Amino acid sequence: MTRAERIAALHAAARERVIVLDGSWGAMIQKRSLTEADFRGTRFADHTVGLKGNNDILCLTRPDIVTELHDAYYGAGADISETNTFSSTVIAQADYELQGAVRDLNLAGARLAREAADRWTAKEPHKPRFVAGAIGPLNRMLSMSSDVNDPGARLVTFEQVYDAYREQVIALHDGGVDLFLIETITDTLNCKAAIKAILDIQDEGYEALPIWISGTITDRSGRTLSGQTVEAFWNSVRHAKPFAIGLNCALGAELMRPHIAELSRIADTLVSAYPNAGLPNAMGEYDEQPHQTGHFLHEWAEHGLVNILGGCCGTTPDHIAHVADSVKGLKPRVVPERPTAMRLAGLEPFELAEG
Amino acid sequence: MRPVFVNVGERTNVTGSAKFRKLVAEGDYSAALSVARQQVDAGATIIDVNMDEGLLDSQAAMVTFLNLIAAEPDIARVPLMIDSSKWDVIEAGLKCVQGKAIVNSISMKEGEAKFIEQAKACLRYGAAVVVMAFDEQGQADTAARKVEICRRAYAILTQQVGFPPEDIIFDPNIFAVATGIEEHDNYAVDFIEATKAIKAELPHVRISGGVSNVSFSFRGNEPVRRAIHGVFLYHAIAAGMDMGIVNAGDLPVYDDIPDELREAVEDVILNRPQRTNISNTERLVELAPKYKGGKSEAKGPDLTWREAPVAKRLAHALVHGITDFIEADTEAARLEVARPLHVIEGPLMDGMNVVGDLFGSGKMFLPQVVKSARVMKQAVAYLQPFMEAEKEGQPRQSAGKILMATVKGDVHDIGKNIVGVVLQCNNYEVIDLGVMVAADRILDEAQAHGVDMIGLSGLITPSLDEMAFVAGEMERRGFTVPLLIGGATTSKTHTAVKIAPNYNGSTTYVLDASRAVGVVSGLLSPQERERHMAETREEYVRVREQFARGQNQRARAPLADARANGFAIDWAGYEPPAPSFTGTRTFHAYDLAELARHIDWSPFFASWELVGRFPMILEDDVVGEAASDLYRDAQAMLEKIIAEKWFEARAVVGFWPANADGDDVVVYADASRTAELGRLHTLRQQMVKDRAQDAGGRANAALADFIAPVGTRPDWIGGFAVTAGHGELEVAAKFKAAGDDYSAILATSLADRLAEAFAEAMHRKVRTELWGYAADEPFDIDMLIEEKYRGIRPAAGYPAQPDHTEKATLFRLLDAEAQAGIELTESFAMNPPASVSGLYFAHPQAHYFGVGRIDRDQVADYARRKGWDLKTAERWLAPILSYAT
Repeated sequence: MTRAERIAALHAAARERVIVLDGSWGAMIQKRSLTEADFRGTRFADHTVGLKGNNDILCLTRPDIVTELHDAYYGAGADISETNTFSSTVIAQADYELQGAVRDLNLAGARLAREAADRWTAKEPHKPRFVAGAIGPLNRMLSMSSDVNDPGARLVTFEQVYDAYREQVIALHDGGVDLFLIETITDTLNCKAAIKAILDIQDEGYEALPIWISGTITDRSGRTLSGQTVEAFWNSVRHAKPFAIGLNCALGAELMRPHIAELSRIADTLVSAYPNAGLPNAMGEYDEQPHQTGHFLHEWAEHGLVNILGGCCGTTPDHIAHVADSVKGLKPRVVPERPTAMRLAGLEPFELAEG
Repeated sequence: MRPVFVNVGERTNVTGSAKFRKLVAEGDYSAALSVARQQVDAGATIIDVNMDEGLLDSQAAMVTFLNLIAAEPDIARVPLMIDSSKWDVIEAGLKCVQGKAIVNSISMKEGEAKFIEQAKACLRYGAAVVVMAFDEQGQADTAARKVEICRRAYAILTQQVGFPPEDIIFDPNIFAVATGIEEHDNYAVDFIEATKAIKAELPHVRISGGVSNVSFSFRGNEPVRRAIHGVFLYHAIAAGMDMGIVNAGDLPVYDDIPDELREAVEDVILNRPQRTNISNTERLVELAPKYKGGKSEAKGPDLTWREAPVAKRLAHALVHGITDFIEADTEAARLEVARPLHVIEGPLMDGMNVVGDLFGSGKMFLPQVVKSARVMKQAVAYLQPFMEAEKEGQPRQSAGKILMATVKGDVHDIGKNIVGVVLQCNNYEVIDLGVMVAADRILDEAQAHGVDMIGLSGLITPSLDEMAFVAGEMERRGFTVPLLIGGATTSKTHTAVKIAPNYNGSTTYVLDASRAVGVVSGLLSPQERERHMAETREEYVRVREQFARGQNQRARAPLADARANGFAIDWAGYEPPAPSFTGTRTFHAYDLAELARHIDWSPFFASWELVGRFPMILEDDVVGEAASDLYRDAQAMLEKIIAEKWFEARAVVGFWPANADGDDVVVYADASRTAELGRLHTLRQQMVKDRAQDAGGRANAALADFIAPVGTRPDWIGGFAVTAGHGELEVAAKFKAAGDDYSAILATSLADRLAEAFAEAMHRKVRTELWGYAADEPFDIDMLIEEKYRGIRPAAGYPAQPDHTEKATLFRLLDAEAQAGIELTESFAMNPPASVSGLYFAHPQAHYFGVGRIDRDQVADYARRKGWDLKTAERWLAPILSYAT
């Protein structure tokens, strides 16, 4: 299949059923108790900075593990798996002094996922598999002060964030992803820089790929880390004309539900959700069992709240298998038509309806 | 429909406000921010930021100011209008806003290519845009030119750039009138006519303008300027103007303008033929000095709804929860119909249906619905004597009869009461048996009343077992009516796995009050019931299968390994602090005002199904109004509770010498540590940990780990039982008898919060005074709510010690029944319900954790330590077993 055919197949699948995304990567990598040597491989054997914990580098140094995880999730029934490139930007990789490896990380991440997806599609042609290029948040935010004594202080500029995302999305595109997934968005302005980078490369002849945007509601206040409500967040990113909009991370399914219900009501595009496996316990571990995740998400699908479901922190292929199983045969959410209106946002939404 | 007009605040505009310009020029940004804040407080729904001033570095000032605004949630909540005539400044501003802003402005003055490039950038930054009626030839002054330019811009934006038409705002240029130059006299009319034409021709677009320009020639005479703005806006808004840059705090009202002045202004604005021998402008100039100073008036509550017909008034009262006129309105309605019953079945039920629909669609919230029910009850109570007097009076037709009860051993009923009220609002007859109801009585009453459905509620874990038992009894006695399960510890999984299999009738788990009506109506509908029952049954089969699969995958560490990885404290390097006394101390009639200070309000709102953090929830877009009303009612009642001493708060606190013995804590009678007063048992986590603790991994904790082991050094443990619930049941019963369920539930939920606050206040007293290991801890309610202090107070029945039976030992040590008047039920629930008990641990590393699932080896060991047989242990520990029994 060509990329255009795959994208058409993805749209077709979304019309028919609830699409399943993969689950956590961090937890699965952590389970392997990898050593510094695993992370370094031969290419970075002499690197001057410790690399343990830099999960994205495994795309280059332990590609076998990355492939195994894609296979585990596709095998569990995921339609879409994410590239292992959550932190593959010059800003995030600066912590490891690996700015020079960013293009290679994204290219390798995209290719590993592409190979696995194509293998599964060949094996099960009735259920094509897709690759989402994972674009994570940055540890440096454009809307939040870096200095308690100076609320106007910022550690990065919009241009730096834009350039970082631009390099990542070009490499992911070159590596063969089917769509872009801007995820775990803590600061909508960072996300908007990523959106602009994606839209701008179209002017340079890059084929337009679907954009999927997934924000993070950090706690019961129902706000993003940078302070927006769900509706304000949606109004702020809708210009991307996203393939899907959703929420992930920070909350388990139970606490995420009202916010997903809200998004489901207002978003005139597909809605996605991939919550954590509950809230972490006192030990920072996730106790929610696969069948429990399955129940919660089944209920969402059953009530027509969502089009795409998956898992975030603490979820495993087993969780995803339960999710896939529990939504099998269920109708996807019907995308609502909203009345035309000017919709703006600060931290809160503003709507000027037509009289 | 009244047109909506959006105020765009203009005070953060250096070209419009000398004060703001001065602040920015001097770099006094904190004062500049308060200008922005004042505008939002005054009602500006969008604020305009403009830094176009020759002596300023406009771009730097824009960036600095917008970054500062981002850190002020009370300003940043509204969208921004980034206002500059320089594109560089606009683009720099766009890079600072996370929300969706409005760019003000772009135009075709430098040709199409620039216009397209800038519009495209606005689209990709995600902003709406103001387009000035300005082209290569200049700014449009006549209506025809304004329309022509906007038409051309619209075509380019929608067809070439792909700009959404609803995000286009045209500014057809407001110019000053009454300047004395005749060519200017028609400027306001030109704007108004262009507005009308553009709105008619170009779908979805909006019209905006800088209003203060129009009165420019009256600089220095603010009252007349306001009058000009008021009149101009009155006509422009009617023509379709949607938004304007105006001073939001000073928005003029057309009707408030004195007639004489208004007429003179109107003649100028509308460029009418002159009335006298002097021009309109001259007339206004002559009149102007006469008008100085504004006026304002206060208004009482809006009572216009009283003018509607009686059915509408009843509906209004129900939707808004207003009881002030309900008896008079009910009486008026009664006189209009043949029988009193028809008032209930007609206008009252119609009103309640409106309430039901609004609740169902998320436009009303629980506290409001419960208030509606109060209005309904008062109306029905008023009609009761008339219906009884009527010989042929028949009972009214209800949609179904539902019996509800909190099961034996459990005393909590806020959620059940709310569900009851919601069902009553939907025309179901509810028979509420109250709390601690034994299975026999539930089933006897169900038979006696011939109910259509039974609902069971419970909050503590042992109630789960009791519910399974009731289900089994229903089966044994041949019941077939549907069974509903709800309450804080219940779950779909537990219902499917443990309750439903005991009963051949339909069993359904109900998540919360908002689901209750849907479930009940589905189960009682002759057309739908079979489908609903079949669906639930199928779903629960699946839940059971998934549960069974999940069971096999939960690896547990052997108890010996878990103990070896217990939470390690360096006892050699720690001197446990001695409390100021040992034995117990009792507190009677504790100061309720002091407790009110410690209330954590967020859970209070959660108990009313309003989710959000206090105090932000009061400002929430969706539930803010409901939350604010509820909060106001709660505060008013709290004042009465304190002033009239509705409740009595009592507590007993104790400290004893103690040392850990394995996973138990030995409590000694005295400092000699020879005679055992009792033994507290604790449970240990058995999750498989990746790494051992010394390798940076996490411990398998048990509460006993936080007490120095026997043979190391002397340590102490504390315990407490507090209640704010004496009087709670009486107060609730009194309200209920008066048909005021809202106040009854409010009182109960406040008693709960006071009890929690009491536990928090007492813990603080323990830390700073009674145990005294943190004497200088400051008082900070947020810190208390976030538990940022030394020491913990875990309660039996909660994650760190899930075994409720441990309360028995604690209560014996404290003599809590005699000292604080708190009793334990057979399921170890505390009565009065608004009570809290637990242990005190002082070690700085003591922390809350969840025991999680435990395996057979620990169950057997725990049974031995408790002196139970294995079956008893498995029954009390059922919710945390890692295996099926």
